[in-house]
Amino acid sequence: MSLTDPKLAEQFGEWEKANIVGKVEPATTASGIPVKPLYTPLDFKGDYTDKLGFPGEYPYTRGVYPQMYLSKVWTMRTYSGYATAKETNEYYKQLIKQGVNGLSVAFDLPTQMGYDSDNPDIEDEVGRVGVAIDSLADMELLFDGIPLDKISTSFTINAITPIILAMYVAVGEKQGVPSEKLTGTTQNDILKEYFSRGAYIFPLVPALKMIGDTYEFCSKRVPKYVPVSVCGYHIRETGANAIQEIAYAFLNAMTYIENAVERGLDIDKFAPRISFNLTAHMDFFEEVAKFRAARRIWARILKEQYGAKNPRSWKFLFFAGTGGSTLTAQQPDNNIIRGTLESLAVVLGGCQALSVNTKDEGHAIPTPEAMLIALRTQQIIALESGVTNTVDPLAGSYYVESLTDTLEEKIVAMIDEIQARGGMVKSIEDGYIQRSILREAMKFERDIESGKRIVIGVNSLQIEEKPPIHLHSWDSNTVRDQQQRLAEAKTSRNQTEVNRTLGVLRQAALNGENIMDATLEAVRAYATVGEMTGVLKEVFGTFREPLDIF
Amino acid sequence: MAKRPLKVLIGKPGLDGHDRGAKVVTRALMDAGMEVVYSGLHCSLENLVIMAVDEDVDILGLSLLNGAHVSYSQKIINMLRDRGAEDIAVTVGGNIPLADYEELKKIGVLEVFGNASLSKVVAFFEKEAEKKGH
Repeated sequence: MSLTDPKLAEQFGEWEKANIVGKVEPATTASGIPVKPLYTPLDFKGDYTDKLGFPGEYPYTRGVYPQMYLSKVWTMRTYSGYATAKETNEYYKQLIKQGVNGLSVAFDLPTQMGYDSDNPDIEDEVGRVGVAIDSLADMELLFDGIPLDKISTSFTINAITPIILAMYVAVGEKQGVPSEKLTGTTQNDILKEYFSRGAYIFPLVPALKMIGDTYEFCSKRVPKYVPVSVCGYHIRETGANAIQEIAYAFLNAMTYIENAVERGLDIDKFAPRISFNLTAHMDFFEEVAKFRAARRIWARILKEQYGAKNPRSWKFLFFAGTGGSTLTAQQPDNNIIRGTLESLAVVLGGCQALSVNTKDEGHAIPTPEAMLIALRTQQIIALESGVTNTVDPLAGSYYVESLTDTLEEKIVAMIDEIQARGGMVKSIEDGYIQRSILREAMKFERDIESGKRIVIGVNSLQIEEKPPIHLHSWDSNTVRDQQQRLAEAKTSRNQTEVNRTLGVLRQAALNGENIMDATLEAVRAYATVGEMTGVLKEVFGTFREPLDIF
Repeated sequence: MAKRPLKVLIGKPGLDGHDRGAKVVTRALMDAGMEVVYSGLHCSLENLVIMAVDEDVDILGLSLLNGAHVSYSQKIINMLRDRGAEDIAVTVGGNIPLADYEELKKIGVLEVFGNASLSKVVAFFEKEAEKKGH
């Protein structure tokens, strides 16, 4: 199919010569792709059906569902959690009243890294950047009065996913909700921790093995649950560009798929349960095109490379958050506008769920007031702007389609390059990925220094400012409260049962068995996060990062 | 005697894994001709202090995005003092609310960068190098 009039090339050449050549400087996208001053039908190459098709049909460029937002808008999440389970639970209940239909749990760093709140080395970090969870008792309180069969929950947890997943199942049991009915996601994307987010504990091989344990467990016992949400988000936040964001996220996801298939899981049962967690930064059209390209690439990888037969396996489902690193500490109200533009790119990119950063996150974790503005940003886009009235409204834009094609080529080339040098695990262990991202992060800083990249308030249009008055502050009673709760949980449990279940967990880990059943038993006995992680560290050891990356 | 370059340890104390800033600063100071050691993630405060003393650095640059910047800086400065290494200056970068700058200075932090631009950070270290006659 050709849309072009044979005379068009000639006419365009004349127009370009008269108006553009030597007169305007061509731009590049944020990831460095050259942008032409004007796009025309000459830039649309290929066949509509092959490249775009209809929404809900292969290769899903236009969306994974036929009706997209016509039948249901995206899930609006707000990532939150602070202090202890009690405060966070109260806050979640308020969010649900405000119209939030999915919770997204932020854990504090000690929980994410497998420490208990009474460990003196890390007690200064308890309840700082998320909620502190030490044992099932905290998780019960976190979801008190929140019916797990009605609200879906996304957990930003990676290294200790088996423990958090087991706790969620155990809370369901206490609420009378069978595990088959639980919905939500654990992030569980351990590979990206080693090169972008830093919350790793164990060496790569046992860490991957434990992820496999969670898939297996979910496929049998928690079938509606999404056990892994592959994160381009954090990769991007570390300094990667849009091409690396998708290429590395896909390489991680492909490692998980291969891992699952090696364990004998059916790819068509596992692949539909993978979702992605991505981001949008400020280059609006590049971000829209990136999501569209990602859908097409993922569909082709699953169908052509892995031979998945179930169309649900081919569908690239994604959640996106607005870009944390695009927030500025300067003139924080401007972040509301950044959040709006980035959200719009995510929505026009066809997301399944969205979370908007708050204006104050350049300084501290959000206040409830800032969180409400972020939620309203999504609601205004969904309910007032009219962008949901038709599916994939930017399709057919000469620019967007051309950029979608170019991004597809560059992402595929990067995936091929990493596979040719031995794959993702090797490229993380030898620091190659870390070096590649650091190079982009340095380029970003240099471009800000030189003024090539404008960030308002940072290197352009600065004003004298007073510090923002109202920020989230950490209550120093948090540590004491949490330590007291932990002490109470420890006195009221049956210590013999704790010791027995921890012994079973150690044995399961030593034998290379699936640790999920043993973890669930230990969780039910109120063993703590620190105790269970301690057992696993003894068996598996810990990871040290490669430092020759500069 | 030939001048030796300013020696800096960029350290990540505690559990937070945000290392973009720490790595970018490490690299930029290296590019500016300084001798820079990067601690890597998840350093205990004690190990960081031992590393700073053993490497005989001029400045220990802490990168903190875990909210515990005041208490960790205080503990590290105390530990340096206990080891008789109060000549090692401590700077702090990361996600630092402006309201905490004064307190950090009060406990003995030489400079707080927060979200300062890279060029400001490099310029500061260059000035320190000059002052110390490197």
